[in-house]
Amino acid sequence: MTRLDVRKTHKLYIGGAFPRSESGRTFEAVDAKGGFLGNMALASRKDARDAVLAARKAFGGWSTRTPYNRGQVVYRLAEVMEGRRDQFIEQLRAAEGLNDKKATTYVDAAIDRVVWYAGWADKYVQVLGNGNPVSGPFFNLSTPEPTGVVATVAPSGPLLGLVSVIAPAIVTGNTVVVIASEKYPVPAVTLSECMATSDLPGGVVNILTGKPAEIAPWLASHMDVNALDLAGVDDPELAASLEVAAADNLKRVLRAPSAPVDWLAEPTLARLEGLVETKTVWHPIGV
Amino acid sequence: MTKFEYAPAPESRSIVDIKSSYGLYIGGEFVDGKGGSFKSISPSTEEVLAEVTEATADDVDLAVKAARQAYDKVWSKLPGSERAKYLYRIARIMAERSREFAVLESLDNGKPIKESRDVDLPLVSQWFFYYAGWADKLGHAGLGPDPKALGVAGQVIPWNFPIMMLAWKIAPALAAGNTVVLKPAETTPLTALLFAEVCQQAELPPGVVNIITGAGATGQALVEHPDVDKVAFTGSTAVGKAIARSVAGTSKKVTLELGGKAANIVFDDAPLDQAVEGIVGGIFFNQGHVCCAGSRLLVQESVYDEVIDKLKQRMSTLRLGDPLDKNTDIGAINSAEQLARIKELSDVGDAEGAERWSAPCEIPDSGFWFAPTIFTGVTQAHRIAREEIFGPVLSILTFRTPAEAVEKANNTPYGLSAGVWTEKGSRILSMANQLRAGVVWANTFNKFDPASPFGGYKESGYGREGGRHGLAAYLQGASA
Repeated sequence: MTRLDVRKTHKLYIGGAFPRSESGRTFEAVDAKGGFLGNMALASRKDARDAVLAARKAFGGWSTRTPYNRGQVVYRLAEVMEGRRDQFIEQLRAAEGLNDKKATTYVDAAIDRVVWYAGWADKYVQVLGNGNPVSGPFFNLSTPEPTGVVATVAPSGPLLGLVSVIAPAIVTGNTVVVIASEKYPVPAVTLSECMATSDLPGGVVNILTGKPAEIAPWLASHMDVNALDLAGVDDPELAASLEVAAADNLKRVLRAPSAPVDWLAEPTLARLEGLVETKTVWHPIGV
Repeated sequence: MTKFEYAPAPESRSIVDIKSSYGLYIGGEFVDGKGGSFKSISPSTEEVLAEVTEATADDVDLAVKAARQAYDKVWSKLPGSERAKYLYRIARIMAERSREFAVLESLDNGKPIKESRDVDLPLVSQWFFYYAGWADKLGHAGLGPDPKALGVAGQVIPWNFPIMMLAWKIAPALAAGNTVVLKPAETTPLTALLFAEVCQQAELPPGVVNIITGAGATGQALVEHPDVDKVAFTGSTAVGKAIARSVAGTSKKVTLELGGKAANIVFDDAPLDQAVEGIVGGIFFNQGHVCCAGSRLLVQESVYDEVIDKLKQRMSTLRLGDPLDKNTDIGAINSAEQLARIKELSDVGDAEGAERWSAPCEIPDSGFWFAPTIFTGVTQAHRIAREEIFGPVLSILTFRTPAEAVEKANNTPYGLSAGVWTEKGSRILSMANQLRAGVVWANTFNKFDPASPFGGYKESGYGREGGRHGLAAYLQGASA
């Protein structure tokens, strides 16, 4: 007799905890052939706002961790993901209908991407900052700092795309509210379980499953969100309306891509750079 | 402190030749616009200085076409080293004609000649000189081996530093290989129009720089023009938000330098005489028409009385009057409209219970003037502590602990600049880390340099001007 498997309840990831949607709603995640994968929490406006609260609360602590520590925590995430490698491969195969080789490529690339970004935590300031040769007796230094709370619409690539937008935001010290791929939400929930067990403080990353078209406008207009990453928005009208909403408090906007993105390619620093602020400090030199 | 008597020492107007009317500078020459005209007046006397053209949407289109053509046919094909030499030429001409520009700036804007001559114009020449040197070194700017220009930049600048803002905008744009359509503010168009002559003297290829004049509608037509690739705006946060909305869904790259409500924080161990100089310079420089002005003074309680006494003494020596007089510290408010705004918010300060004190100074009979003013007893809830006044009005609050100072300083939707005064090095660095502002001046204030990035956090805008970061704002491959 075959053993009946124990199925998982798929929940949101907010403030380090796994709540259901306060709305009590769910939606079905299906596999590539339309088969049932699970009931996912269908996040609401209230869930999104709770996630922003959690992200704001986590910002002070996370942004003042030492860069070395942030790098270690993000690297630890890669370690935990490695332990779930087979599970991710299986989930990508089921969700996207990928063959084993392709699924493996994407999962390995996702884990390696997290490692790549982990290494930036204690380097990006040197690369993006400057000592400035001003024409007067002044010490003058420009350093990048995290912009704050970042709201992100994740690309539909269920794992590689997701980590490729989360990692640059958090290595720099931002905290994130991310709406996972509507079509392939299951790997995002697994990723949140990796995060919960990888020393990442609660609230640094908050993952919502649901409909970007429903939740993203609330995040775009939220006055305590500092930046909006539209990596996963493929409807130009929705992207434009989100940009308009973001202007209410002049959020930094990473625009929706105008052409399909090859997430396997080595990234540039653009995402990381788009989520930091340059601060310039002057002090007189004298005796 | 006694106030020395000075004989009037006006700078001569004869160095500058103001035409009675100006067209639009498009494609290397002055052309008539299709719309009407407006007058630019001297805010210190209300004398009409010149008639200026109000560019229509058609005029804007012509200017953008000229810029596009110059980009496609000439400027994008020039090697960086040649672009550099044009910019060096402009830098040198601006230095040669510096006094002429300074006088015209003080006439049209109302700022003291001391400031236009010693701050604005030297920085203008230096800004061009600095970015000239970048033009053939773009591959070293950290944006890849061969970063590309964006194309045509539409630039809209404010009235508080007219020619300086022009330099901040045009120098990096041209160095990066873009061409430009620039609109100066409607109350201060004259130095930008004189700059057109400098472009001619430098033999800059026609269309690389185009200057169009007009008010908000002209600026809007420029920003929304579909063939503009880059929008750079300095001005109010309200207009900045409107621009952010108008470019939504386009591929236009945007830099916004907007309002501020900077905290200038004085700790009890600060060198108080220097701090008072910094407070005065922070809020009364350029009549407080400065987006990064230190308009919220936060004083540690234990030195509050001493700081206020010293501040009032120092303010009593400020000389308000003729902007062209070399002894003048405080010039004219730029426009009747701005004066009304300053008066309105100051009256709100009275009404909300803050205590007003103004420096005793004679107000001239004509023109727009506002005496340097402080408000004490201000709380964070007061509008004068929250809203940008953009005038010579300082709101004074107190604090007890560094944590309280940080909390109050950051309690604003703005984040352009901040000041910290203390002799304790570790406290400076701790404050600098915690203040959410793009520029932090420690034991100094209102310092600017082309090598130093300038720009805000939060609703003070995005992007940086100055330095390598300011160059990246005009190149592909960078987000800032």
